Amino acid sequence: MFYREAGQFKTSYAADQQLLPIPMDRVFVIAVVLIAIFVVPVVGSQYWLESILLPVLILSIAALGLNILTGYCGQLSLGTGGFMAAGAYMSYKIATNMPEFMPVWVPILGGGLFAASIGVIFGLPSLRIKGFYLAVATLAAQFFLLWLFQKVPWFVNYSISGVPSAPPETILGFYVTGASASPEAKYLFVLAFVIVLALLARNMVRSRIGRSWMAIRDMDIAAELIGIKPLQTKLTAFAISSFYCGVAGALWSFCYINTVEPTAFDIERSFQVLFMIIVGGLGSVLGSFFGAAFIFLLPILLNNVPGWFGLQLATDVVSHLEFMVFGAAIIFFLIVEPHGLARLWQIAKEKLRLWPFPH
Amino acid sequence: MEAFAGLFGIDPFDLWFFFEVLIGGLMSGVMYALVALGFVLIFKASSVFNFSQGVMVLFAALNFVGFIELGLPIWASFILTMGVMILLAFVVERVVLRPLVNQPHISLFMATIGIAIFLEGFGELIWGSNIKPLEVGIPDDVVFMGDAMIQQADLFAAAVASVLVLVLALFFHYTRIGRALRAVADDHQAALSVGIPLNTIWVIVWSVAGFVALVAGIMWGSKLGVQFSLAILALKALPVLILGGFTSIPGAIIGGLIIGAGEKLAEVYVGQMLGGAIEEWFAYIVALAFLVFRPQGLFGEKIIERV
Repeated sequence: MFYREAGQFKTSYAADQQLLPIPMDRVFVIAVVLIAIFVVPVVGSQYWLESILLPVLILSIAALGLNILTGYCGQLSLGTGGFMAAGAYMSYKIATNMPEFMPVWVPILGGGLFAASIGVIFGLPSLRIKGFYLAVATLAAQFFLLWLFQKVPWFVNYSISGVPSAPPETILGFYVTGASASPEAKYLFVLAFVIVLALLARNMVRSRIGRSWMAIRDMDIAAELIGIKPLQTKLTAFAISSFYCGVAGALWSFCYINTVEPTAFDIERSFQVLFMIIVGGLGSVLGSFFGAAFIFLLPILLNNVPGWFGLQLATDVVSHLEFMVFGAAIIFFLIVEPHGLARLWQIAKEKLRLWPFPH
Repeated sequence: MEAFAGLFGIDPFDLWFFFEVLIGGLMSGVMYALVALGFVLIFKASSVFNFSQGVMVLFAALNFVGFIELGLPIWASFILTMGVMILLAFVVERVVLRPLVNQPHISLFMATIGIAIFLEGFGELIWGSNIKPLEVGIPDDVVFMGDAMIQQADLFAAAVASVLVLVLALFFHYTRIGRALRAVADDHQAALSVGIPLNTIWVIVWSVAGFVALVAGIMWGSKLGVQFSLAILALKALPVLILGGFTSIPGAIIGGLIIGAGEKLAEVYVGQMLGGAIEEWFAYIVALAFLVFRPQGLFGEKIIERV
């Protein structure tokens, strides 16, 4: 009734090909972005900004990256944590050694580029292997990279503890990284990355490069026959995916945990991000955000829900329940809704089109 | 010579020491092989890459220890745990495998990751997550072979693994069910058309994998205590599989031995130059190198397909 796609006629190719062809969608998305920029930092409490929105947004970037590789290009990776660590450590190295006048986003992007180059190296075996063979190859990246960053003191400027704190950097006089930054500044800083990277991803997947990823995913031999080069396609997917993961890792260290430490990027993180894209929706930009929010918020919810009913559960019981719910959710989504929460969102929109009439 | 020994903290020309490290490595390789065996069984019968095999080891061990702590004798705990693993096989087949029939392999693989996570939480929810020592009367003395010190428990594990492989080989070759399993592994369609029920076969093969997991769990558990890190350690079975080939039982054993011995030797002789703890990734990097040059593994079937 209120949400209609009919009766909207396009008179130019540009109008037909724009990112959000339906005005209602466009208005909605722009409104969400504007609210996120202007309203949320004002009304959000410190807890919401710092402990919920910040990590969810950063993990969304990582999920976006993995979704490009796994959801769009079909190459399963269990090395997300390793690539995030690469971004975090390289950003730290650049941030602490760059001249004063360089803006703060330089080390973050530098970390992303470093992660991208590492991703290409570990993506090389994908030319000969696929599926779970590749999963094992990316596990090598996970374990090797974490070991490397722990054992080579160069990355942490020979810091004695090996766990340096994130350097405080400013934009226009406001601290945006490190422990001294205000939650609002950090939130806006991260949000800027999220908006740019999400827009980029959304455009990439509907352009030539995204289409060739999907062709490789759906049937690599057929894709090769119609002239898509598997070498370039897979390696660009690895590079861009690792770039996203690297940026996410850098932001995670700089803005969320405020230290550069290997335990933040262990294999649990890789699995967490993988679960995000399975639950959120493989091959969906929007799904990456849904998945990140779902997987990150579920444990918090599980911690709080028993309290509302007057039940007191021990923390270890809750963490075990959390595992069980995750496992069950993954199996559930794979069986019932392989396209994840993003597909549920689509279904909701289709229902809304008819509402309040039955058909 | 002396300076060399001082540099590395070890004497690289001490043959007995080399021998000791080698044996120790081979023995931990046996442990990896035990886990890899479970993977191979399931992969052969259903081409499902069962990521949860490692957690099944932990889950079986948790149940086993749990039943013993309840005061049951060892044999009763063993039978009860086996019952739990068979029940698990039924549930997995009914709830996970059957609805996902004909889905891409990668979906099934991710579903087994889900099983792994679920079992991890479930096992620890029931039995608790503290480290439990496991005493089943495995000897824990050391014996000396020349100057090399060898753990008796390791020898025992090797003996158990050999017996297990022998039993499995006999089972696969001389029983009706074993023949059916091999038929399914060979060709699903053909097996179906001669009247072999696929669903039953899956339950059986997951039960057998559960049995292997239980044996592996008891071995690992009595060596390290039953704890969560068993599941992470069991991930090492993945490079073992890559090395040995996904479909070969002898491959799993030999791959396990190579990985076990290789990573111990690398840790002792090369690790110190690189800052130690290279054991964590050595196996994976070896597997990676293998994948580039020989993707089908040492004994796997060569799949002729250009990627």
